[in-house]
Amino acid sequence: MKLHPILAALRKHKAGTVLIALQIALTLAIVCNAVFIIGQRIERVNRPTGLDESNLFLISQQWVGAPSADTPDGVEKLDAMQREDLAALRQLPDVVSVAPINSIPLLNSSWTGSVSLKPGAQLGGKGNTRTAYYFTDEQALSTLGLRLVAGRAFTAGDVQHQGFRDQRERPIAIITRQLADKLFPQGSAVGKVMYTDGSSAPTTVVGVVERLQIPASGSWGNEFVWNSTLIPTRLDANFARYAVRTKPGRLDAAMRAVAPVLYKVNPLRVLDDDSVKPFDEIRAKAYRADRGMAVLMGVVCLILLCVTAAGIVGLTSFWVGQRHRQIGVRRALGARKADILHYFQIENLLIAGAGVVIGVLLAVGLNLWLMTHYEMSRIPLPYVLTGVLAMLAMGQAAVFVPARRASNVPPVEATRAA
Amino acid sequence: MFSYYLELALRSLKRSPGLTALMVLAIGFGVAASMTTWSVFRAVSGDPIPWKSAQLFVPQIDNWGPNGRSSDGEPPNAMDYADAMALMRDHRAKRQSAMYQISPSVVPAEAGKHPMNVSGHAVYGEFFPMLDVPFKYGSGWSASDDESRALVAVISSKLNQKLFGGAASVGRSVNIEGKDYRVVGVLDDWNPQPRFYDVVNSGGFSVNGDDVFLPFLTAIQADLPNDGNTNCNAVPKESGFVGLQRSECVWIAYMAELDAGAVAAYRDYLDGYARDQQRAGRFAWAPNGRLRDLRAWLDNQHVVPSDTKVSLLVALGLLLVCLVNTVGLLLAKFLRRSSEIGVRRALGAPRAAIYAQFITEAGIVGLAGGVLGLLLTGVGVASVGWVLPKDIAALARLDVSLLLLTLLVAVIATVLAGLYPTFRASRVQPAWQLKSN
Repeated sequence: MKLHPILAALRKHKAGTVLIALQIALTLAIVCNAVFIIGQRIERVNRPTGLDESNLFLISQQWVGAPSADTPDGVEKLDAMQREDLAALRQLPDVVSVAPINSIPLLNSSWTGSVSLKPGAQLGGKGNTRTAYYFTDEQALSTLGLRLVAGRAFTAGDVQHQGFRDQRERPIAIITRQLADKLFPQGSAVGKVMYTDGSSAPTTVVGVVERLQIPASGSWGNEFVWNSTLIPTRLDANFARYAVRTKPGRLDAAMRAVAPVLYKVNPLRVLDDDSVKPFDEIRAKAYRADRGMAVLMGVVCLILLCVTAAGIVGLTSFWVGQRHRQIGVRRALGARKADILHYFQIENLLIAGAGVVIGVLLAVGLNLWLMTHYEMSRIPLPYVLTGVLAMLAMGQAAVFVPARRASNVPPVEATRAA
Repeated sequence: MFSYYLELALRSLKRSPGLTALMVLAIGFGVAASMTTWSVFRAVSGDPIPWKSAQLFVPQIDNWGPNGRSSDGEPPNAMDYADAMALMRDHRAKRQSAMYQISPSVVPAEAGKHPMNVSGHAVYGEFFPMLDVPFKYGSGWSASDDESRALVAVISSKLNQKLFGGAASVGRSVNIEGKDYRVVGVLDDWNPQPRFYDVVNSGGFSVNGDDVFLPFLTAIQADLPNDGNTNCNAVPKESGFVGLQRSECVWIAYMAELDAGAVAAYRDYLDGYARDQQRAGRFAWAPNGRLRDLRAWLDNQHVVPSDTKVSLLVALGLLLVCLVNTVGLLLAKFLRRSSEIGVRRALGAPRAAIYAQFITEAGIVGLAGGVLGLLLTGVGVASVGWVLPKDIAALARLDVSLLLLTLLVAVIATVLAGLYPTFRASRVQPAWQLKSN
């Protein structure tokens, strides 16, 4: 089919053509970026923490009138209280193992620092790698369900304790594979020495776990999201957190058993609704905003596509109505139904084609603008290409119904007066 | 005449119900999406204390030097203990308060009730008049209470309800972290959003307000540790909370009230203070302080979540597409009636009459879209809680101004969208139309 008659006809409908093309361009620009946002959020939400997340819950509790963690005497008392709690929790029938821990992935309560291969490195300077610390004990790996890929786990003999704000040497640590690869790109990290937080006391890496996310789920943690360091130390303060692994299917029962048993050990403590949380809930809370943004963008995309498709249906129907007579003439002159159908399909393809060309420019422009003003990365080409194809397909789908109606115009129309 | 146009418009809309429904739906959805995201944006970007935000200032002191600055040269966004105490001692502003977030336990007097955790702030007595904090009973504490480290407390009405059943509890005592404090004031409902006096620690928004306020120096003396961010450029040399107080770590928020005339002088004072520290050998760099008023500070701290802005932008984009769509459909609809326009013009109707007729029609479409938009905005605002973080979703409200705005936006936008199609309709040549028929 020749394009010339189509173009000539379009020139008669400048306003309508421009409006549809513009609408397709804007829709493409917004949908591309919105889908890109959705994709990014889904990717974030789906990244594994490295934990075995089922049958795992966290207790956060606070003692009332506890001894001060700033005195050596107070630290010993607090540690005794903590060990009492741990012993009681480990006795529970549904519990497999319990580890004291200062935070857990996605909890958004972090203790971050930096590790270096040189002693006494200045914080914030070069050669430091950021990391988040987990202070815990010998049951950490089994409780969290971490996979050890090299070296050994902590033993009971490794575990120290210290006041929450005290500075103490850290003779050994377990690090994640990502951190190990960063610090020791050549060979195994096990047995190697690193220095934490600008200290001049060495820390020997005794083990490497496959993966463990840091507690921060926000974008500020993106650059060191897998750089976790486990230190075999119980932190003593007026509060404590315990990670608990339960027998399969016994999560609820174990969670219900916590408050009575802890109150029995010591009633002077704060244990409210928020204190005992399954890991699912921690994950859901951490990613709530991301999930919400993805849903919102999805809804907007859906509305946009519907509106644009409906617009195409509406305007094409109008044109079909307007050209009833011409269509009849063409049919009378020997055009087949398929020719009429193709005419409108090609017409739409031309308009949509012009629209997507402008749309791609707008999409990239919008992406660049979002990049400078908000946390956004460059939109990958496949997203734009998929968007282009989707727009063209949508245009064809939308035009089909009115085009079919046009093709059904009988040749006899030509003889009727309008 | 208007009622005639109204009748014409309704008749015309009824003639093509599909096209009409399409336009109404598009406008309804476009307006609802924009208004829903707008209600969230409005809630989070509002001024929490509009009558006073121009007099409230947040000073920053660069105690970390070039290595600790962010890439744009900003000093730390909180203060260390030494600087906060020095500023409080100098007392150069009309009112001022250093503050830090606390999270102590409170033991109810009633036997059998378990202790609970409350959040609050350790502040100076001037905090309450400075921020116009409303009291239900009693008042804040005095400067001499600050000095003498008095065991006094101001509690929220929510905590008052829990502890004392809502009674006028001034003078009664409350056990906080094992110590008895005398209640001197009970707040009225007060939970400003964002929690502007300490955005660094609250992250801006929080459903639960502060439940307890204690005098700053009393809290320090009682060893109540800070429960918020602590940022250090070097590991503290000494252990414990005391070690933190002697370090350069920043963990204290600070706010000062300054009259318009006193701002420059206060800025000079901050500079002078930093220069004194430089002379004393503590800072090895030139002063790099900041003094921002509240609005500038909230902006600087990015209190409005970027997701909120992006969603508003995307929703406005949606509205734009819906309007382009409406322009196209109105154009189709109006031009389809070219012959009718031709007849009217030939019978003597002036262009203005054509304009009036079609603008009326566009306005009716807009109104219908607005009404649909109202319903959808209601659904949208009700369901943001499902999509957004709780602290932010709780702020989005449906009120009369939002409803009016929804209608107004729908009608105005549609009338604007109808301008070009109407212009085209009014240009229809009567002679040509009559001839071709």
